[in-house]
Formats: sequence, C-alpha cells, structure tokens
Amino acid sequence: MLELIAEIWQTTKRNKLRTSLTGFAVAWGIFMLIVLLGAGNGLLNASNENNNRYVDNSMMIFGGQTSKAYDGLKEGRQVSLDDNDLQVTQSRFKQNIDKAGAIINEGGATITYGENYVSSSLQGVYPMFADVNKTKISAGRFINDIDIRDQRKVLVMPENQARELIPNNAHALLGKTVKVGDMAFTVVGLEQEDKSRMSSDVCVPFTTLKTIYNRGNRVGRIVFSFHGLKSEADNEAFEKRYRATINRQHRAAPDDEESIWIWNRFTQALQMAKGTNIIQTALWIIGLFTLLSGIVGVSNIMLITVRERTREFGIRKAIGASPASILRIIITESVVITGFFGYIGMILGILANLYMDATLGSKPIETGLFTTTVFVNPTVGIGTCVAVTIVLIIAGTIAGLVPALKAARIRPIVALMAE
Amino acid sequence: MIQLKGIHKTYFGAQPLHVLKGIDLDIAEGELVSIMGASGSGKSTLLNILGILDDYDEGDYYLAGTLIKHLSETRAADYRNRMIGFIFQSFNLIAFKTAVENVELPLFYQGVGRRKRHQLAMEELEKMGLTDWATHYPNEMSGGQRQRVAIARALVTHPKIILADEPTGALDSKTGVEVMQLLKKLNSEERITTIIVTHDPNVAAQTNRIIRIKDGVIEE
Repeated sequence: MLELIAEIWQTTKRNKLRTSLTGFAVAWGIFMLIVLLGAGNGLLNASNENNNRYVDNSMMIFGGQTSKAYDGLKEGRQVSLDDNDLQVTQSRFKQNIDKAGAIINEGGATITYGENYVSSSLQGVYPMFADVNKTKISAGRFINDIDIRDQRKVLVMPENQARELIPNNAHALLGKTVKVGDMAFTVVGLEQEDKSRMSSDVCVPFTTLKTIYNRGNRVGRIVFSFHGLKSEADNEAFEKRYRATINRQHRAAPDDEESIWIWNRFTQALQMAKGTNIIQTALWIIGLFTLLSGIVGVSNIMLITVRERTREFGIRKAIGASPASILRIIITESVVITGFFGYIGMILGILANLYMDATLGSKPIETGLFTTTVFVNPTVGIGTCVAVTIVLIIAGTIAGLVPALKAARIRPIVALMAE
Repeated sequence: MIQLKGIHKTYFGAQPLHVLKGIDLDIAEGELVSIMGASGSGKSTLLNILGILDDYDEGDYYLAGTLIKHLSETRAADYRNRMIGFIFQSFNLIAFKTAVENVELPLFYQGVGRRKRHQLAMEELEKMGLTDWATHYPNEMSGGQRQRVAIARALVTHPKIILADEPTGALDSKTGVEVMQLLKKLNSEERITTIIVTHDPNVAAQTNRIIRIKDGVIEE
C-alpha cells in the first residue's frame, strides 16, 4: 500500500496541472454543497427561532363583522367578544382547551415615577398570557390569580420602559408605586426585553383594566392554549366547531367565517414547517447537482488521464504489470485525489460556514422597531459533511472505473503504439 | 531456449491479413540473433509473439521449456516480467520517473522491496556507466543514455532473453555503434540470449546469425 501511495505521489507531483484541475473540481463541489446547506440551515434556524417565540398550541380569537344575513339580522354587523364568549370557551371545550383568557388593550397611558415619565399602552391580561407569549420575567413576578380576583392595581413593565423611569437601576422600580394617568399602581414585575419584538405593552390584571376603563362585558381578544389537536384536519374541525358555537352566541350564521377571526398558531407552525421542508429539499437538490458537476469533472479528468497514460500503461504491461495492478493504480489514484481534495473542500466549506456564523450569524439587523437575525447557526453537521465527502469519493471511484477497466484490458502492443 | 513450430498469425481486420505463414525457428541459449526483413514482412509480429505481447493462432512456442500459448493477461505479464527484457526503438521510458526509478519498475512488479530494488537498479546503472545520471529524468538525457537506461531496465530482472526492436533506430550512427557494442558485450559476457529486430545490415552483420523473413516465412 505504501508503495502504491508513493507511486501515486510521484505521478501527481509530475502532473500538477491535471491533479490540480481534478482537485479543484472535487473541492469546489464539496465546498459549494456545504456552504449552500449551511446558509440554508442558517436561514431556517433563524425562522424557526422567530417562530418559537409563541407557544405553538395556542389560538387567539378576534371579533369581526358578519358576512351573512342570519336569523333575521342583516350582514355587516360588528361582533365584539364578551364575557359570555370567554365563559363558553372555558366551559364547552374542556376536552381541548387548557386555559382560556382574554386581553384588552388601552392605548396612550403615561406612566410617571417622580420626575420621569414614559408613554406606553396598557393591556389587561390573565396569568396564562405569560405562558402563551413566553414572557420572560427578569425581576418580580407576572400577574397572578389573586390580582385578577381582587382587581389589584399592579403592573408588569418591560425593562426598557422601566429604565426610562429609573435610568441607572431599572430593577429598583420593583415594589415602587408609579402613576398611570391619575391612578397609582404598584410595580410587581419587570419583563425581560425581547428585541425581536416591537415594544411591549405594560401588563395589568384583566379585571382591573376592565373596571377602570369601563369596558362593560367586552373582553377584546380571547386567547387560549389547547391540546389533542394533532393534525391540520383536527384543527380545522375544532375551529369550525368553535366558530359555530361563538357565532350562535352573537346570532351570526354558524358557518360565517368573518364574524370572528381565529389565529391558530399551531396550523401556522405546521405550514411553516411544510415551507421549511420544501426549502430544505430544494437546497439538497441544488447541492446534489453541484456535487454531480464535481463528479462529472472527476470522471472527465479520469478519462483524459487514462487516455494520456495509455502508452505508459503499455510500457508498464510490457515489463510485467498485470491488468489488476493497472486497475489498482488508477482507482487508488482516483480515490486518493478525490479524498484528499474532497477533504480540503470540506474543511474550507466548514470554515466558510463558521465565518458566516461569526459575521452574519451573530449580527442582528436593526429595523428600528425591532431587531432580528437573518442567520442563526449557519452550519452543517459534521456527519453530513463526511457523508457527502464519502459519496463523492465513491462516485469518483465509479467514474474512474470505466476508463480504468478499459486501460487494464488494452493489449500492451496496442498501448505501446498509442501516442 | 526458443522453439517455434509452425506459427501462424492472422490479423482479422476489414480484410484478414495472414502475416505469419508457418514459422519454424530454434534459438539456442546464449545466441546473438538478428531478424531482418522489409516492412510488412511480419518481423515485428514475430517479435511481439516472442515477447508474449501478442498471441498466435496456430503452432507452438516454447520459451525455456515453457509452452507459451493462449495465456491470460496476468500470466503473460508475469512471464514477460521474469523471462524477457525489452529494448525498444523509442526507449519507452516513463517520462515522469527518474532513470533509477525506471530501472526499478520491473522489480516493483516482482514485489521486490524498495531498498533492495534501488540497490539492484543502481548496480545495473553502474554497469551502464550511468551512476551520475540516476536521478535525472529521461528528457534530461541524450538518446544513447536513454537507451542505456532502457537496457539496464531490461537486464535488472536477469531475463532469459533480450528482445531488441530496432535498438539503434532512433540513435545517430556513433551512438548506435556504442549500443551495439554494449549488447554484444552483454551477450558474450553474461551469455544472455539476444534477439535484435533490424533492417540495418550493419547491425545485422554484428550478430552471430541472421534470420531473414519475407512475406511471413523464414528464408535462411
């Protein structure tokens, strides 16, 4: 074996152009494939990360406008969700719905602490809001059930807004009393900033907000998390059932699709996953074609190599080389060259991915309203890299096999006459 | 050493070409023989058959008592390697190998170890007076030097016969004479059976026996 390697080393050393061309084709194929897959993974990872900000199995329900005349009422009626709807949601869908809550918004609130103030907006929420929205509390706590029951005047504030009130030490605001408009609220928690989202609202207990701002029985939006709806069909059936129930509460046609709006994050996630799969498949196809061009390059050069060396093989045969030894030398040369340059291409591809990770991957894009990263971890697993390289080596071998067999079979006198 | 009995050879192309029409030939050990003939006479075909580079259709060919007939490529390669040393008109050295590596090559195919191979090849080159040229590539050497490297390569396995196809054909007359003297010397000193194919009467005249071939038959 060592003899063979030495032999190959000698041949390649004396045929630098040919070797480097083959090597380039191979290395380029692998490099492009890995960079492409890495970049694709980066994009997909980033989009996954953005989607992970919400709990998948949750829905949000908005009021709408009827689109059908029904029960003696004309179409075009406003439908506002109310306490009854929340009640029905909680009681009638127990087998699927875990926790239901509602959200009401109140814009344009000025929050004052001493000399400092910040303009914000309020949202009245239930404790489950923190779970569904994956709110991260950096200090204190979120709104709890007792706050709801007693209509306490407490609030949870985003940290960046708290910094406006006490610039140097936002956490000092915890437990302090601030003024919201004319009313005094106690700060019970600080919400960790999430830069990928537009500015957050200040959270107060749902019941407190409803009472203070005289919302009557209106609830704004209903939000709930659910379980047991595995497929898109399950979800559609559930939505249909839910819609019919709520519509009936408002004397709207059970199949009216505009009376209320359902935002199902689960089906949205399913669709995203489908799109992700398509992108991933497309990337693989492009990548494999790139690899194929590398393989074609290798086989092409192997073909030329064998032609070029026919006379040499003739000489070797005349002085005692068996067909098998000729075959062995060509195949081994092909494997060694593709393997070596494939490895280089793989390393360069991985380095390029790491470079992408270090530059684009960690650099958030500032839109003004929120920040986002386009690339997250744009790399390919080492297993994939190795597999791809092995595939190329095998393909290179097969590509070299046809001309090698031809060379091994050619009679020495014919080979000796070749020029 | 060599025994040919009724060798026939036909090339089946667009028109079948009956090249050798019953060759009977005996060459004893240690002979220095030349085969002469016009082009198309079949002398190259005969040489190819003698060198086990080509097969024949009819007859028997014994080389050192072994019947050489319808061998597999692998067996043929092995016999060529052990029994025959080739010297070609155009040297047929491998361009990307140095002189010593070219001489080592037949030993490589015999499976001789690297160090031993190198030592034997260097000894052979020394006999040819090429020690200083051992690490040069063929294109850095003169025609005469290249042919001497080729001769060293042919001798390194201590073959039973040397087959030389127009060994002086690509050389100027002075170098040609030197190469012929070398072959004669090897024949007389080492008793290696040598067969030279040539159309040069001066070359043929230096051999012990001239075999003339015409239209596929021997006319002595």
